[in-house]
Amino acid sequence: MSKVGTLSRRAFLIGSAAITGGVAFGVYTAKSPFPNPIAQNLPEGAATFNPWVLIDAEKITVIAPHGDKGQGIFSAQAALIAEELDVELDQIDISFGMPNKAYFNTAMAGAMAGYPLYDFSPTAERTRGIAGGVMKVALPLMGTGGSTAIPDSYDKLRHAGACARETLKLAASQQTGVPVDQLKTARGAVQLPDGTEIAYTALAGAAAEVEPVTNVALRDIKSANIVGKPMKRVDIVAKSTGTQNYGIDFKTDGMVYATVKMNPRQGGALNGFDATEAEGMTGVQKVMEITGGVAVVANNTWTAIQAANSIVFDWGPAPYPHEQAEHWEVLSNIFDDDHLNGEARVVGDVDAAEGEEVVAEYRSPYVAHAPLEPLSATILVTDDRVDIWTGHQIQMFVESTVAGITGHDVENVHLHNQFMGGSFGHKLEFEYIKQTAEIANAMRGTPVQMTYSREEDFVHDFPRHITMGRGVAKHKDGQITSLDVQIAGQSVMGSQMSRMGLNLPMPDTQLHEGAWDTPNFNLPNLRVRSYATRELAPVSSWRSVGAMPNTFIYQTLLDEAIHAAGADPLLERIRLMGHDVSVKVLETVGEMCNWSGSDLGENRGRGIAYGFSFGVAVATVVEVTNTAAGIKLDHVWVAADVGKVIDPGNLENLAEGGTVFGLGHAINCEITYADGMAEQTNYHAHDGMRMWQCPPIEFKALENNPSVRGFGEPPVPPAAPALGNAIFAATGQRIREMPFNKHIRFV
Amino acid sequence: MQASFTVNGNERTVDVPDDMPLLWILRDELGLTGTKYGCGVAQCGACTVHLDGIAVRSCQVPASELNGAEVTTIEGLGTPEEPHPVQQAWIDTQVAQCGYCQSGQIMQAANLLDFNPNPTDEEIDAVMSGNLCRCGTYVRVRKAIHAASDKMSG
Repeated sequence: MSKVGTLSRRAFLIGSAAITGGVAFGVYTAKSPFPNPIAQNLPEGAATFNPWVLIDAEKITVIAPHGDKGQGIFSAQAALIAEELDVELDQIDISFGMPNKAYFNTAMAGAMAGYPLYDFSPTAERTRGIAGGVMKVALPLMGTGGSTAIPDSYDKLRHAGACARETLKLAASQQTGVPVDQLKTARGAVQLPDGTEIAYTALAGAAAEVEPVTNVALRDIKSANIVGKPMKRVDIVAKSTGTQNYGIDFKTDGMVYATVKMNPRQGGALNGFDATEAEGMTGVQKVMEITGGVAVVANNTWTAIQAANSIVFDWGPAPYPHEQAEHWEVLSNIFDDDHLNGEARVVGDVDAAEGEEVVAEYRSPYVAHAPLEPLSATILVTDDRVDIWTGHQIQMFVESTVAGITGHDVENVHLHNQFMGGSFGHKLEFEYIKQTAEIANAMRGTPVQMTYSREEDFVHDFPRHITMGRGVAKHKDGQITSLDVQIAGQSVMGSQMSRMGLNLPMPDTQLHEGAWDTPNFNLPNLRVRSYATRELAPVSSWRSVGAMPNTFIYQTLLDEAIHAAGADPLLERIRLMGHDVSVKVLETVGEMCNWSGSDLGENRGRGIAYGFSFGVAVATVVEVTNTAAGIKLDHVWVAADVGKVIDPGNLENLAEGGTVFGLGHAINCEITYADGMAEQTNYHAHDGMRMWQCPPIEFKALENNPSVRGFGEPPVPPAAPALGNAIFAATGQRIREMPFNKHIRFV
Repeated sequence: MQASFTVNGNERTVDVPDDMPLLWILRDELGLTGTKYGCGVAQCGACTVHLDGIAVRSCQVPASELNGAEVTTIEGLGTPEEPHPVQQAWIDTQVAQCGYCQSGQIMQAANLLDFNPNPTDEEIDAVMSGNLCRCGTYVRVRKAIHAASDKMSG
């Protein structure tokens, strides 16, 4: 068969695979297929059936295009393909592949279609389908974020494996004369009725020549061999033996080491600098001005950082309020029609509702991402092509961003995505990519590895957006009758997109996410409004984005009203909910901790909070003791419904980690500005949680949700309000501002 | 200056500034990248190695202190084929998420068990709290240390 014929045939297969892959929730209905990127330059004798499977005489390779920042999606993607391909995880090579629109994220649009993710009505599903089709045409974005990797992959990758499997069976049938329906597959081989096995690798050449199977029904997931059972993460040995390479660990011949210093008053000008001392330091190769700052190139990272620290700068002022108090002042003044971002939910009439009022104001500070691997990228620019080695969440934009700086056609710019040592949203940003590209473009032919010092990483983070909440709750006859939640914040999507040269064309839904879509169907009066500004410090998506501050505001206000009403915090939440999946989650966490009320006697108490984010209902109970030395976290219970558990062990790890992340930042962390600069510059001032503060955590997963969801972010939002509510139960002190350690001592 | 010392049993000599930290000698001069840079100021523990049998933050050990020293890094503790019992416990417990802090956690935990083969939760917390995990894997770190302790003393 001719090469052209092969390519077009493959392209047809991909289209079919991808279309079928999205049918379950109607996200993916657009018809035109993208070409299979691994069909280009396919070696002789190798076969690829779709963008995710490549088999040659030596090995089976699966492409796992979503970025792995610790959430385990590298393993999960491989498992989904392997499940239907009938291979074991230890039989395959797994690769991140190269960025391509064939890997565009089919689940991102569904989350932005304007319907809450618990709504599976025909209208909501149809709108998601249209949004998915529009996005595929307008912006087929390959990216990992918003806990979408599992919903994007769940059907699509199993289908990729199934189509490959059936094509291999067809090849084996043609080779042996045994009808396809008498062939079985297991452990990477086709089995003949007489027990003979033909390895997939031995069929690669033949499979490349047969007409591929394109329409395969997925097997019942209940009979799965890999999915849903405890698995060994494919990266666990490397990550336990120091042999896992991250972006910062990349090495190549002739590489030089660089760092940058940018204006700590972010976005301010560079008026001038004196690098005399730096230029004289042994090992320094180059000091160069780049857009908005200065780069130092040296023969190791340490020398580069030392030299950069010796430069004397004249920086311009920050283009936002210089002092932290002014930031709060701005927010307190935007609760008005001019700044209305959205009236996201209106039920009944909160003004006319009857009941005694509880009125309160809440604050959620700026918080740093601070993944333990600092921002780092390695770029080699030559006249013909550009190669980039870094770990990033929006792979295709890395290539186009760099192409815009070096002047290459984007087809000649290649990102080799690397494992990330954490991200929490930090590696959605492009400034460090742009800076590295500028240096490497000035040193064509020399690979440049640029690494931020930890201090630069903190000061040049774009932290979680700052939020102020105002609420009025009403209660009557021991029941909550009304909630009026108002949230004002720096627009996180507006800020983030502006750095990508894009204008946010709609209200910033993150400013009410987690509040507007908390079901509470039995609450007769409910209003959620948000207000936006863009005057404050530049900010970015921080693990769970708007859902964390908004859940804190909503669930604390609700808890205040429940206590004022004399109701039980768990039972009243169940009564209000009216959403079966969420009710079961609440009931489950109650059973796990043998809930018998929030009061456990003198100085002891429990708090509960519910959070709905990224389509997942989560309920968290925290138990604390008020000791002479401060608040001690005794125990935490978490229940959640992700629809389908892919790997129970990894899911539990994410529940524990997400809870620690939520609790640690709620207790200990804030970024504050003084003279326009972030005051916290390293982990001594902003660490999250350390082991001595970490309580035992129990977790239970449910599978009643009709949609299969990701779990990287959902455990985070309810942790903070559950803790604050527990502290109230133990002490009578209501904390309305994070970090809590500004208001109460912790052990 | 020239500094001669052993790394994972191999004699190494480097010619570097006398204040260059061991962390960067390992990573950028010797190419041993299992030891991680996290903070540079002994706040995170990601760079923990054993220096003459004691767990130290390699970002705080200058080249001038290295002559004659014996350094063990995560690569020398065990290998993927033959992991140290602590590494095996980390694998069995599936501690890692992003995994970037885990070299340091494992080196600190191995040293803890060298001196205290059967630590309590409180003793584990006291020794391990200098090792920051931003993903929050502490529940499993504790579990893995107990598992390694059981195996090593059993």
